[in-house]
Amino acid sequence: MPDLLIELFSEEIPARMQKRASEDLKKFVTNGMVDAGLTYASAAAFSTPRRLTLTVDGLLAASPTAIEERKGPRADAPEKAIEGFLRGAGLTRDQLEERDTPKGSVLFARIEKPGRPAADIIAEVLEQAIRNFPWPKSMRWGAGSLRWVRPLHAILCLLTDEAGAQVVPLDVDGITSSDKTAGHRFMSPDRFSVTSFDDYAAKLKRAHVVLDPQERADTIWHDATNMAFANGLEVVEDKGLLAEIAGLVEWPVVLMGRIGDDFLELPPEVLQTSMKEHQKFLSVRNPKSGRIERFITVANRETVDNGATILAGNEKVLSARLADAKFFWDNDLRIAQSDMGVWLKALENVTFHNKLGTQAELVTRMASLAREIAPLVGADPDEAEEAARLAKADLSSEMVYEFPELQGLMGRYYIKASGRSEAIAAAAQEHYAPLGPSDDVPTAPVSVAVALAEKIDKLTGFWAIDEKPTGSKDPFALRRAALGVIRIILEGDISIHWLQRLRGCVVGRALIVWVNSEDHKVLSLSEILSADFSVAEQRQRYVRMLTGDDPEKSAGELVAKGDDLLSFLHDRLKVYLRDQGIRHDVIDACIAMKGNDDLALLVKRARALSDVLKTDDGENLLQAFKRANNILTQAEAADGVEYSYGPDVKFAQTDEERALFDALDAAEAKIDPAMKSLDFTTAMSAMAALRGPLDAFFTAVQVNAENATVRRNRLNLLSRITRLCTSVADLTRIEG
Amino acid sequence: MSDTIQAPKSFQEIILRLQNYWAGKGCAILQPYDMEVGAGTFHPATTLRSLGTQPWAAAYVQPSRRPTDGRYGENPNRLQHYYQYQVLIKPSPPDLQELYLGSLAAIGVDMALHDIRFVEDDWESPTLGAWGLGWEVWCDGMEVSQFTYFQQVGGHDCHPVSGELTYGLERLAMYILGVDHVMDMPFNDPQTPIALSYGDIFKQTEEEYARWNFDTADTAVLLRHFEEAEAHCREILGAVHDDPKTGKRIIMAHPAYDQCIKASHIFNLLDARGVISVTERQAYIGRVRALAKACADAFVQTRAGGWQPESAA
Repeated sequence: MPDLLIELFSEEIPARMQKRASEDLKKFVTNGMVDAGLTYASAAAFSTPRRLTLTVDGLLAASPTAIEERKGPRADAPEKAIEGFLRGAGLTRDQLEERDTPKGSVLFARIEKPGRPAADIIAEVLEQAIRNFPWPKSMRWGAGSLRWVRPLHAILCLLTDEAGAQVVPLDVDGITSSDKTAGHRFMSPDRFSVTSFDDYAAKLKRAHVVLDPQERADTIWHDATNMAFANGLEVVEDKGLLAEIAGLVEWPVVLMGRIGDDFLELPPEVLQTSMKEHQKFLSVRNPKSGRIERFITVANRETVDNGATILAGNEKVLSARLADAKFFWDNDLRIAQSDMGVWLKALENVTFHNKLGTQAELVTRMASLAREIAPLVGADPDEAEEAARLAKADLSSEMVYEFPELQGLMGRYYIKASGRSEAIAAAAQEHYAPLGPSDDVPTAPVSVAVALAEKIDKLTGFWAIDEKPTGSKDPFALRRAALGVIRIILEGDISIHWLQRLRGCVVGRALIVWVNSEDHKVLSLSEILSADFSVAEQRQRYVRMLTGDDPEKSAGELVAKGDDLLSFLHDRLKVYLRDQGIRHDVIDACIAMKGNDDLALLVKRARALSDVLKTDDGENLLQAFKRANNILTQAEAADGVEYSYGPDVKFAQTDEERALFDALDAAEAKIDPAMKSLDFTTAMSAMAALRGPLDAFFTAVQVNAENATVRRNRLNLLSRITRLCTSVADLTRIEG
Repeated sequence: MSDTIQAPKSFQEIILRLQNYWAGKGCAILQPYDMEVGAGTFHPATTLRSLGTQPWAAAYVQPSRRPTDGRYGENPNRLQHYYQYQVLIKPSPPDLQELYLGSLAAIGVDMALHDIRFVEDDWESPTLGAWGLGWEVWCDGMEVSQFTYFQQVGGHDCHPVSGELTYGLERLAMYILGVDHVMDMPFNDPQTPIALSYGDIFKQTEEEYARWNFDTADTAVLLRHFEEAEAHCREILGAVHDDPKTGKRIIMAHPAYDQCIKASHIFNLLDARGVISVTERQAYIGRVRALAKACADAFVQTRAGGWQPESAA
């Protein structure tokens, strides 16, 4: 069984693309071979900055002979039809087989397709792989038209079996295959021949190339941590950076360097970001102080001076970089300690969105909302408002201009330096959260108020200008903002009725956009923000001032946008809860209830319902409820009346009927107070307890009795049951 | 290791060695373009000559101006006027990386002691409507050159592809000469009777231009010049192809491109004066790009741009 070795040798492949590219090479080539009938035992792919390598073991020497059976015309078909079939199959008449079928005697051809040697298939598949390789970005070079990530120089393609190694002949736009490769660009540049994968990997290592990226990363990590440990320090873990560094070198040599004393007082995040982004250095920390004190750089070669020149150069470059960072930090601190007003003023020149205004206006809206939300989340309104006002100040700082990824964090440092409270400082960093599904949500009250204000402003603002996410398009990350709102509310158990607020905010933002749009400077931002749009008259008064249209209708349209936003939040909530194992119909049953705009409450109800439906009693009660509801609605449809009149126990005829009356009284006595105190679990379990009496009732009693009074009383009884149940959740929406 | 190359003594020696090296590799050694440009790429020897099918190999020093980078000569690394060394070869030769590394060795970088790396950097010039793939070249963690395979220039696909090398001369020379502040760098041989440092030559101008760029340049005049350059560029390109005097086909791609360069530099000055808002910025860049594209369209209609009489319909 032959083994296959492929190496595509090129100029330096971007580090971030290497892993994916080696996997794609493996997928392309192995899929292509298997499609052509060439199966194999195992395959592995590797990459270095200059090569993609694939090794495939236990390949078939040739694809197996395939037999294709083709159905032809009937045996008595015209001569022409049969001739055509023979031509297509490449056979003669006597090679055909006649078979009796329900349609009469039909001709069949058995066509033998001989297997093809592995080398032929590989050459074909590899050429296709090279020509159609899915690079994220590819290029042409010289006068040719072949595309690769950077110029492709050589193809090594070798089949090895007991008899020896054989080059698979291949020519892609003048690049011909061989059994040769080259070593390290500087340390072992000569080309050499190989005979198998093992020979290749061993010779590469002698030629200063470590083929396996994982081995390079492990070596770097091992050497780096050892070096740090020997100095009583530790390396700050950064898997992404480590993988990137491993993609920049073929022969990793780890060096540890010093950071100038002048820079040690910079915040550790600044040091780390500057070193990572600009120099691809790993940070080395003093575990006692938490300070970053050294760095690790990884060279791509050994030198006679053991890296002294390389390290000195790197230290020099870093000093220049950090001198910039320190310059920014010192300047920023001076502003933070004197007056951050300059930064806030500068936000007036930064556009947030061309319709929704500048960052400064955004901050004003956020501050007003944060103040409003503060008491509902246990925050001090003054503190929340100030925190919101300062939350974006750092966007004007020099440090954040240089390192945008430090936004929020720098705000926290600078606000603290200005002498404000830790809560206000923390909000600058935490109000952006959560950014991803696994990101922590803020819990400190002031941060929660500002985080909610930022997201609600964003959602209501974009809703007001009809920039909603559609399909896969969500350029303003509104789904993420909605999920953020949901997670903050649920994880903080924050009970707020959102509907009026959303309506008010959307109306307010629509007015702001309108005022900003042309010359409608009749209202100031603060006037609009201080109006209470949750009151209908207020809304209409403003809308009347600003539009010539029917104010009631215009106001109604704006209000409808708020309602639409609430259903968007409900939709996102469904997605979020589905991932937590709560079915969409269970949530629908709860969304159908009054008070559905309090998302925390809604979810409590949904969880309680989901739990109770998982119990035996709950599941059976649901069936009994559906039966009761069906009988009732059919009867109501047939009789043209609604059976909502209270049933009377005195018309009850059987023990089961009387028992159900008792059970209902007992359940009601529990459910009503439980619902008042929003104790859904108690209400649901009281409801589930009806299951026994209800089942017994249906077993023993015919609802549609002949006696009209008895029948009416029983239907009214069913109505009382369904009403009681649907006061807990709309069970008619539950499937199954 | 191999034959050791003597360390250069001055900034100008590094430039001279690069000139000699690339001359030896067959490049035409051109002189700087006689207009203010933001980078060596703007020289028509790169922008226009990377278009069309004609082979090309040129190298030159190009003084470059970045008004916003002015620091009154006080910052050790930042200048509003600096030098780039530019090499453009079309089609890009297969051994361009080796040729480049040879040039580093020629100016005194000992390959056995330093760590040279090719780190991904995709180049894009929104004002030229151009992009390419390549690397920034690192020497011991410091970016010393930009290495690009042009894919598109002025909106035209490059066929064949040019290989472009850009050396930031001051930074590279400071590293080789072991100087920490650019103004301290020896410009000519420090042993000569009249030894001049970079600062002797440029400290004065850096101060003057920084003040002018940031505070004094007349923005009303500049805004008008921008409009005029843009209009004139269009006018030149709109002229009939056949010269009415001689009947000879002369498309004035280069004079038009001069106006495009002018507009681009004026935009940079206006930017340094802080009179261009964030939203306007994109619009200005778009206007310069439109000119660059129009000039590229014109150039490929010229003989130098690969046009041939029989190919005209």
